[in-house]
Amino acid sequence: MNKLNIWISKHQNKITAAIAILIALSLISNYLIKIPVAGTVFMIIASILGAIPVALHAFSALKNKVISIELLVTIAVIGAFIIGEYEESAVVTFLFLFGNYLEQKTLEKTRSSVKSLTQMAPTTAELVNEDGKTETVDVDDLDEGDHVLVKPGGQIPVDGKIIDGTGYMNEASITGESTPVKKGIGDKVFAGSLTDNGTITIETTSVGEDTTFGKIIELVEEAQDSQSPAARFIDKFATYYTPAVLIIGILVWIITQDFPLAITVLVLGCPGALVIGAPVSNVAGIGNGAKNGILMKGGNAVNTFSHVDTLVLDKTGTLTTGKMSVTEFSDYGKDKNHDLALLSAVEKTSDHPLGQAIVKHVNDLGIKETPELPELDTVKGQGLMGQNDDFKILVGNARLMKANNVKISASAQKDIDGRMNDGDSVVLMAVNDELRLVIGVNDQLRSDAREGLQALKDAGLKRIVMLTGDNKVAAQRVAERLPIDEVHAELLPEDKVDFVKKFKEQGSTVAFVGDGINDSPSLATADIGIGMGTGTDVAIETSDIILVKSSFDALAHAYTLAKKTVANTKENIFIAVGTVALLLIGLVVGVIHMGSGMFVHEISILVVIFNAMRLIGNKSQKLDSNQVVQAAN
Amino acid sequence: MAKAILQLGALTCPSCMTKIQKAVENQDGVSNVKVLFNAGKVRADFDESKTSADNLSDVITDLGYDVLKVKVKENA
Repeated sequence: MNKLNIWISKHQNKITAAIAILIALSLISNYLIKIPVAGTVFMIIASILGAIPVALHAFSALKNKVISIELLVTIAVIGAFIIGEYEESAVVTFLFLFGNYLEQKTLEKTRSSVKSLTQMAPTTAELVNEDGKTETVDVDDLDEGDHVLVKPGGQIPVDGKIIDGTGYMNEASITGESTPVKKGIGDKVFAGSLTDNGTITIETTSVGEDTTFGKIIELVEEAQDSQSPAARFIDKFATYYTPAVLIIGILVWIITQDFPLAITVLVLGCPGALVIGAPVSNVAGIGNGAKNGILMKGGNAVNTFSHVDTLVLDKTGTLTTGKMSVTEFSDYGKDKNHDLALLSAVEKTSDHPLGQAIVKHVNDLGIKETPELPELDTVKGQGLMGQNDDFKILVGNARLMKANNVKISASAQKDIDGRMNDGDSVVLMAVNDELRLVIGVNDQLRSDAREGLQALKDAGLKRIVMLTGDNKVAAQRVAERLPIDEVHAELLPEDKVDFVKKFKEQGSTVAFVGDGINDSPSLATADIGIGMGTGTDVAIETSDIILVKSSFDALAHAYTLAKKTVANTKENIFIAVGTVALLLIGLVVGVIHMGSGMFVHEISILVVIFNAMRLIGNKSQKLDSNQVVQAAN
Repeated sequence: MAKAILQLGALTCPSCMTKIQKAVENQDGVSNVKVLFNAGKVRADFDESKTSADNLSDVITDLGYDVLKVKVKENA
């Protein structure tokens, strides 16, 4: 029995093909060579052959106390067979099986996005044994602490720490950042990323499903199956609906004494498109998101996100990159380039983020000069100072200048005040107690913030609110350049939570976007928490939606995708319910019979799948980078 | 307790899901059964003294579904 069951499910497609041939032969016998007896025999064989797999499915479901669609079809087919309607019974089983086949093929398509993701997961690794030799093993056989070797161009098989070698890693599958990052001894590497060059040895910290990449896959897989409220309702409905159809069929038979009508009701009542319609939209929508670096935690998240009208953003690390960069500088010396080179040389000795921004800026200006420097000392809370026989150099804030009696002219003071008003951090440099440079440094705004937020508004978002711990001036300055409706500055993390709560009390559906590190309470409080740009465990756990790539383009895409997915689900439910209603009307009017009813059913199933497939290819327009730069200026 | 993860062939009918779910749940010592319809995976916690991952795999095979891969994770 079990062996037969397996054999049949393996060869179901061949059986379907055989039935098709038998039906064709029967039609030929009936109408071309006019031997109706042969035609009937072919139909009988086709009916029996087709009924077996369907009946087996029905039976194994029944054993587990589930009344399935297969049971309805089995009873209908047996009924048709008893009353001698061999043609009907053959056609119904064929259509049912062929429909299954098409469903299988098209469902594969809706699942393709996630499949391509899971296929990126590493399967084998080069394990380094104690004697230094390597062997290829399955990643599942690796344990924490194992050493694995990764060659240039190879895939990192585990999460771990580099213990030997350096190389450039492409971590796009984890962080969404496609520019390779240089990593050396002691640095963490992630399973699923690729080495662009360099051979490295890694000490394993986690394997398989415990790796960050493994968790991302698990999340997406579970998300696709976690149902939206609509789907859950339909599911509940279907568990009562199918037995109800069976009872209605029996009632029809008892009341009308019309056996053919009763079995036709069974076929027409099959909830095919209804059961598959809502989940298939979900799968396609979530799959599309996963492909574009948007991880949505299931149908619930998609549904709630589509209703969001208020978006609350954190500034630092969300609207801005969290990386410092030079905004503007003023120079007062004779040789600007030499002064900048001096400043860069001083800042190179420090690992302060402000210093790194300045070094990068000078480097970007193409200034290559590397002047000699006196030995430098750190003046706590003020900056750096150095002095030798040739000259004295000061780099730091206004207090450092004042302490050394550096004279600041009225025009220089105006420049400094201007930078401060913009919310910049200001760095000053003096040579021989003479002011040479004033540099403003600020956290950089994400290049696509403006376009992305505008796209969100165009998609129907009512209110965008920025919350920040920064000072009012800095906050206002960022907000002015963006389509932001409200700004609240100088907040503590708990104040942010209060704002989210307040918006919810006002009746808004609130989404909070943050980096997931210090925003966890707000992420959890909001109706939808959106973690941006951190493939960290915290973000994965507290957020409802995770943007692998820190981009507002992705955020806008996620929002429109959620709306489209919800609309698609509704369309599918409408199609499914509409089909059943039309079939019943057709039955009453007398134009629908068992065979044609099954045909319409299978068509409606394909229609809902194809409708859902529209979601797979959907990607909002990529932003043109030039356009963004212009907009930001 | 250990956790079994079984990778099945592609599942196509939602009713298969209910079937597998119930059949696995009915095994002694099994809890937290999750059938991932789209990923074609079954996850379940089980008590090693009462059943084994291979036994769960047999249960699913008996229903007529291919089990491609069985993974077991020991819970500490």
